[in-house]
Amino acid sequence: MLLGGVQLSVVAALGVRMQSMQVEQAEDFRLLAEENRINIRLIPPARGLIFDRNGMPIADNEQNYRAVMVREDAGDVDATLAKLLTLVDIPEETIAKAREEIFKRSPFVPVTIADRLSWEDMAKININAPALPGIIAEVGLSRVYPWGAELGHVTGYVGPVSDYDLSKIDDQDPLLQIPKFQIGKTGVENKMEHTFRGSAGTKRIEVNAIGRVMRELDRVPGVAGKDVQLTIDARLQSYVQARLDGESAGAVVIDLENGDLRAVASAPTFDPNLFVRGISVKDWTDLNENKYRPLAAKAVQGAYPPGSTFKMVTALAALEDGVIDPEETVWCPGFTEVSGTRFHCWKRGGHGNINFHESLKQSCDCYYYEVSQRVGIDKMAAMARKLGLGIKHDLPLSAVSSGLAPDKQWKTDVRGEAWRIGDTVNASIGQGYVLASPLQLAVMTARLATGRSVQPRLVKSVDGVETVSGAGVSLGINENLLRRVRASMNDVSNHLRGTAYRSRIVAEGAEMAGKTGTSQVRRITAEERARGVTRNEDLPWERRDHALFVNFAPVVNPRFAISVIVEHGGGGSRAAAPIGRDITLQALYGGQPPLDAYPSGDRERIEEQQKRIADMMAAVSTRATGDRA
Amino acid sequence: MSYLEYNTKYVPTGFRKLLYINWPIVFLLSAVACAGFLMLFSVAGGSADPWMSRQMERFIAGLVLMLVVAMVPIWFWRNVAGVAYGIAFMLLIAVEFVGVERNGSQRWLDLGVMDLQPSELMKITLVMLLAAYYDWLPTHKTSRPFWVFLPICMILLPSYFVLSQPDLGTTLLLMLGGAAVMFVAGVHWAYFATVIAAGVGAVVAVFESKGTPWQILKDYQYRRIDTFIDPSNDPLGAGYHITQAKIAFGSGGWTGRGFMQGTQSRLNFLPEKHTDFIFTTLAEEFGFIGAITLLTLYVLIVFFCAASAITNKDRFSALLTLGVAMTFFLFFAVNMAMVTGLAPVVGVPLPLVSYGGSAMLVLMLAFGMVQSAHVHKPR
Repeated sequence: MLLGGVQLSVVAALGVRMQSMQVEQAEDFRLLAEENRINIRLIPPARGLIFDRNGMPIADNEQNYRAVMVREDAGDVDATLAKLLTLVDIPEETIAKAREEIFKRSPFVPVTIADRLSWEDMAKININAPALPGIIAEVGLSRVYPWGAELGHVTGYVGPVSDYDLSKIDDQDPLLQIPKFQIGKTGVENKMEHTFRGSAGTKRIEVNAIGRVMRELDRVPGVAGKDVQLTIDARLQSYVQARLDGESAGAVVIDLENGDLRAVASAPTFDPNLFVRGISVKDWTDLNENKYRPLAAKAVQGAYPPGSTFKMVTALAALEDGVIDPEETVWCPGFTEVSGTRFHCWKRGGHGNINFHESLKQSCDCYYYEVSQRVGIDKMAAMARKLGLGIKHDLPLSAVSSGLAPDKQWKTDVRGEAWRIGDTVNASIGQGYVLASPLQLAVMTARLATGRSVQPRLVKSVDGVETVSGAGVSLGINENLLRRVRASMNDVSNHLRGTAYRSRIVAEGAEMAGKTGTSQVRRITAEERARGVTRNEDLPWERRDHALFVNFAPVVNPRFAISVIVEHGGGGSRAAAPIGRDITLQALYGGQPPLDAYPSGDRERIEEQQKRIADMMAAVSTRATGDRA
Repeated sequence: MSYLEYNTKYVPTGFRKLLYINWPIVFLLSAVACAGFLMLFSVAGGSADPWMSRQMERFIAGLVLMLVVAMVPIWFWRNVAGVAYGIAFMLLIAVEFVGVERNGSQRWLDLGVMDLQPSELMKITLVMLLAAYYDWLPTHKTSRPFWVFLPICMILLPSYFVLSQPDLGTTLLLMLGGAAVMFVAGVHWAYFATVIAAGVGAVVAVFESKGTPWQILKDYQYRRIDTFIDPSNDPLGAGYHITQAKIAFGSGGWTGRGFMQGTQSRLNFLPEKHTDFIFTTLAEEFGFIGAITLLTLYVLIVFFCAASAITNKDRFSALLTLGVAMTFFLFFAVNMAMVTGLAPVVGVPLPLVSYGGSAMLVLMLAFGMVQSAHVHKPR
């Protein structure tokens, strides 16, 4: 009986234990069981693509084979890596880096050992999987820029997310924890990162006691990044890039109808693909130590004294203010003396009596010295900002320059000095404190040509949804005055005495109106002026003048505004205007223009140039589109 | 009771004996065995191989063995008790020298057709010997020190060899089973009180000796005890089995996760899922209802044995039946306590359910004798 009692109490204890575990704590244990068996893995979404305005891919995703190691599955990491090396040729450096990463991360985190393996290497790893514990051959997507360097400054590039990136950005996206996850580092890739990235998918996988994946339970696919269509015309961009080849230059083509940026080119440029793959030390040094600064997107980041291209601003400010009548003449003896300092006109002998129209056409400096003193810097700065200078245009590009439209307040605030009249005189011809980027000059020209507040637009559509047009609204500038400015610009290009007459367009209906600019980067001393100003050709490259040219075309019903700057290129009419003309024709004709659009004397030379550029473009185009077909 | 007395009472003969078999026990045993088949099928991932089909063959062999043993008069078993004990003891010693080693312990004898675990045989022969001893011993001498010392030797001698294999679980079962037979035979309670006190002392000694040159248990046994006390201090090492078993057990809930749906066992989180830990799989897949049902079946088997023993006037029969029932009870109670985390993991299989040949056949042999006692009891 006693024994029976003992037995019964033991049984009762067992029963109670079972009840407490299976009924009362069932939820907890169920949860533990689920945790045991289920692992959640992230599925990186496909990055959104970038297309040009004609639907040509300019940033694409390609299959990327890579070898990944999970430390806890590998056992002896070094032995396994050594075995891998006997199969696949991986640089010592890469292996060392990967090894460091493997030991830094948690043992269960897969670490990429080698990227961009060939299909053969991939197959070798797969076949030898039993001998390579912990090593998985994976296929993922990687960014590729089919147009290579042509759009490097626009698209920017992606690269593996770094600890520095993580510390810099406040972003809880778990995707960033994926090793070597590609994020945008510069350009559109960087500025529109969240549009391109999409959101992580997850897959729940069942694992057994030793962590082997038994099956996939379910998969939430995640959302692929959104595709973006840019306003850039890749072929035109390619042309501009080829045309600028050999110079340190920037050029912008803007569509007057809606502000579309058809081309934003900076030369020299760089191949963004180099960065995606992890740039080599040599390539990096080459890019960084090049005195033409290939990494700088001069078209939007550069801030240059606009030189004579600023004269339209000075003139419009004065004309609008009524301090001078368009027909009123100013005496140009070759210099103007302002509070004891001589400000020289580019023409030593002077232009004599000169009115607005002639002053712009011949780019007389004295006229602007005079009218700027009448209207004052503040009104000039206001007009500059109205025309898009000195303000930062909202574009998804890196380090967009805001330039500088200085006024009295600015100098007090920033320099802590009072504005002096000489500053106004310098500013009147786009020197001194005035700075503008090629993009801003193109916007200025667009606004002059249309009278509307044309806004530059780089993104045409996101995920198929068209963005707001940059057409803008009326600037409220007297239309008669604008017409006079345009007429003067027309004569700059098309009148025998215009500064850009040699770079005119003769095709009926395609004529352009422009303005040259030559901005000084050195100070010309009194002695030098007395000796005779040294010619640009005789100066070292970095002390030569910047050459600028802005224009719109056609003169009647204009469609495009173009700005070109050639760093240290010398005179605007000689170095920049021909480039502006060529780009204009290319844009107007949507391809190679007929030779008879050029003045007859130029045609032979142009034909040669067209052939050379066509060859360059063909090489790029084949790479960009050919091998994808 | 003597042979003459048996003859004066009515004892069934020939095939009439079949009518007197304790059929409820047969059915209960079969039911438990069927639960075992089901679980072995499940843990093999829905396959009769490698375990279920062999287990079925053995159970059928065991059933036949049981019936054959049941047909043999109970006094035969009483008379061979000493010889059986002797043979089992010899085999146990043989294991020391020619045994097959598995998982670090030497428990098996390779008999060609099957591996025999003499310690299993020892369990039943010890009960037989003790029952025969007390049948022979005049009742008034039961509690005399010398006559108490003798059976203690009978228990401790084989226990020592089993412990040295090492097999702590079976050792405990031998000692507890033997003590239970002595207790029901009427040995004075003071002896048990003394032993229990000594036992507590021994436990203290075991822990005290840890780390000293004369430590009593093996390191892995200490680890198991430590782990039992706090499994969480080593969840991926020694505590892994217990933790995973508890998770499997608890996640069953009321009705379980469904047949063959137990993630813990199917994904190999469970250790020894076809032997010692098979109960956790059952609990995981059939829940509290399944677990309590199996427990009830076991309790009913013990109950029917006890009922048979109490109504049996033959002292050997009664003691044997109670002894077998007690051993059986210890089997499942220790196993269940172990997998639910109430007792340290000592390696006791779940009778009739865990995969294993010797244990099954020896158990059926024991129940054969229980049946023989039932069939041949004086009426």
